[in-house]
Amino acid sequence: MTAALRVAIESIGLIAPGLPDWTQATAVLSGRARWQDAPIAIPPPQRLPPAERRRVGLPVKLAMAVAEQAFAGSSAPAADTATVFASSSGDGDNCHQLSEALTAAEPIISPTRFTNSVHNVPAGYWSIAVGCRAMSTSLCAHDGSFCAGLIEAATLACVDQVPVALVAFEVPYPEPIRASRPIEAACGVAIVLWPADGPRTPGAPLATLSIGTRQPAGPGDAPAVEPTAMTDAGLDALRRTTPAAHALPLLEWIARATPGERGRLVLDAGHGIDLPIDAVR
Amino acid sequence: MPTPYPLRVSAFTATSCLGPGNAAQLARLRAQAGGLAPCRFLDVPLKTWVGEVAGVDEVALPAPLARYDCRNNRLAELALRQDGFDDAVRDAVRRHGPARVAVFLGTSTSGMLEMELAYRRRDPDSGALPADFDYAGSHNTFSLSDYVRRRFGIDGPAMVISAACASGAKAFASARRAIQAGLVDAAVVGGVDSLCLTTLYGFNSLELLSPDPCRPYDARRDGISIAEAAAFALLERPGPARAGDDEGSGGEVLRLVGTGESSDAHHMSSPHPEGLGARLAMERALASAGLAPADVDYINLHGTATPSNDLAEDAAVHAVFEGRVPVSSTKAAHGHALGAAGALEAVIALLCLREGLMPAGLNRDEPDPALRSPYLSANRSAALDVVMSNSFGFGGVNASLLFDRITP
Repeated sequence: MTAALRVAIESIGLIAPGLPDWTQATAVLSGRARWQDAPIAIPPPQRLPPAERRRVGLPVKLAMAVAEQAFAGSSAPAADTATVFASSSGDGDNCHQLSEALTAAEPIISPTRFTNSVHNVPAGYWSIAVGCRAMSTSLCAHDGSFCAGLIEAATLACVDQVPVALVAFEVPYPEPIRASRPIEAACGVAIVLWPADGPRTPGAPLATLSIGTRQPAGPGDAPAVEPTAMTDAGLDALRRTTPAAHALPLLEWIARATPGERGRLVLDAGHGIDLPIDAVR
Repeated sequence: MPTPYPLRVSAFTATSCLGPGNAAQLARLRAQAGGLAPCRFLDVPLKTWVGEVAGVDEVALPAPLARYDCRNNRLAELALRQDGFDDAVRDAVRRHGPARVAVFLGTSTSGMLEMELAYRRRDPDSGALPADFDYAGSHNTFSLSDYVRRRFGIDGPAMVISAACASGAKAFASARRAIQAGLVDAAVVGGVDSLCLTTLYGFNSLELLSPDPCRPYDARRDGISIAEAAAFALLERPGPARAGDDEGSGGEVLRLVGTGESSDAHHMSSPHPEGLGARLAMERALASAGLAPADVDYINLHGTATPSNDLAEDAAVHAVFEGRVPVSSTKAAHGHALGAAGALEAVIALLCLREGLMPAGLNRDEPDPALRSPYLSANRSAALDVVMSNSFGFGGVNASLLFDRITP
C-alpha cells in the first residue's frame, strides 16, 4: 500500500452518547469501563458573545465544543490554526424550519435562519469566536464525511506543513426528513493533527497515521472488506448509524494501543468505500 | 510557504444564463451583453432579476443514475456535455487510472429545491415526505460529487466543498493540494448551484436582492442578482504537453498557479469593512504562486454589487495592487451563481487568458468615488499572462485563484 499522507495526532475532542469527552471516553474505549448509552450534553460555547450563544444551533455548539476539547490538549494556537469542518447534514432542524416556512403562499424567512443554512456556519462562528484568519474548509461526503475530512485535513497539513484541526459532527434530522435520512445520534469528533515529520510537529503524539489508498466499493456499494468494528456492540451500532462516528474505531485503537504498538484499521469512507490506515501508537 | 506548484488546466467548460458552453460565454461577453431577466422561476413573485439557464428541465440523466435527478444535477449534466469536457475526463481516467483522479466540486444549494417541493407534498395525515423524495440523490450536499464520480467511474477521493459563495473557488484549492500531496494525478473541479426558493427568499429577507439587474461598482448599486451556473475544469499534475490539450493558437497551456484562502473572523453575513480577509486570500494566492502583485494583468472581482462587498473588496484590492491592475465584475452579465460563482468565474478567467480579453463590468453608469481600482467599463483586448479571480462568502470565507498562460 502506497502511503501518500502521514500525519501525527496530537490531541482529540469527543462528544458522543455515553462518551461525554475524550478523557472520560478513554476508559470506555480501552475496555476498562462499560459503555452506557446516555444523551449527550454539549457545553455552551463560552467564546461566543451571549446573544450569539443563544442564536446558534446545536451543530455549531457541538462542533465548537469538540474543537475546544482538542485545542485544550494541543500546542497549536486556536487563533492561528487552519480548520476542516466535515458534516453530512449541517443543521437539520434549521433545514426543516426553512422548508416549512417556504410552503407558505407568501413565505417569510428569518434572515438569521437563512444565514445559518450555509454548510460552513460552524466554521464561520468558530473563526469569529477565536479570531482566526487562517483558512477553513467546510465539506460534505454524505456517509463518507469523516474520511473526506481526514483526507482534506491531512493533505493540508502535509502540503502547507502546518497543524490542522479536523472537526467532524453530526446532528440527527427532525421528522419528516429523519425518515429519509435516519441518523441515530448526535456525535462530534475533533482531532488536531500535524505533518508526521514536520519541523514543528510536537514529539510524543497520540498516534502517527499513514493514510492509504481508498478501496472502491463493489456492485451495489458493497465494501471490499468490512470496516473495522467497535468492540462494544452498542458503540458499533452508533458507528454504523451516525456518519461522524466512523471515527470511533480510530479512537478506540488509540485508547487501547500500548506505546510503540502498530495496527491496521479500515475506516468506513461511505458508500462501501474503505479507507485503510496504518497506525503507530 | 511551499514552493510553487502550477497545475495544467487540461479542459474547462461553463454553462450559465449566457448560454451553454464556452463559446456562448465568450459571445455574450464580447458583445457586452448580459443574460439576466426578471424572475419567472416557479411561482416566485419577488421583484428581482435572475440568471436562469434555459432547458435544464429537458436534460435527462443517464438511466443508471436516475436517482440523482434534480435541477442541480441536470444543470451539471448539461454543462458536462459541452466543450468536449466529458471526453477529456474519460481520457484522464483512462490515462491515470480511476483511483488516481479526484472529484472536488462546490455547491451551496445542491438539490435543495427537491426538498422544498417535497415539503409542498407532505402526507396530510402523517406529515411524511412523498415516497419519491430521494434525500441522498438530491438534497444532500454531496449529491453533486457523488453523481459526477459515478458518472465517470472515478474512484479517487470525492467530496463537496460547501462554503457559501466561495465554494466553487475553494474546490480548486483543495484539489491542488490533493494533487501536490501525491494523492491523485488529476481532479475534476468546479461548482454547480441552481435556482431554488431558499436562496431567493433568503437573500430577499436579508434585503440583499436588487430589484433591477445588479450593477457592481456603481454608486447606486443595491444588491445582487441570483443566478445558477455549472462550471468545470480538469486539473492535472505538471507534465509534458499532449495532443488535444485545451491550447491557444500558439500551443499555449493554461495553468492554475496559485490559490489563497482565509477567514474574516468578523461577521457571518457582512464582510470585514476593510476586506482584511480578502486581502489575506489574495496575498496568499500570490505567495503560493511565487508572484508579485505587478505580475497580475487582470482581476475578475467577486463584485456582487452589494454596497458592502464592493467597498470592502475594493479596499482589499487597492491595498494589494495599488490601482495598477484593471478590474471588473462579470456578475453584471451572468449574475451571482452563489456556490458555483467561483468556478464560473474561474472558467471566465481562463477564457480571458486564452482570448486576450478583459471583459467590461456592465451596468456601471455612475462610478462610485469611494472605489479606487481601475474598473473596466468597456471590453479591452490585450495579451494576458496572469489573471486573478476572487470569491468571498457568508461566514467570512475568502478564496482567490491565480491562472496563467505559458508557451511550454
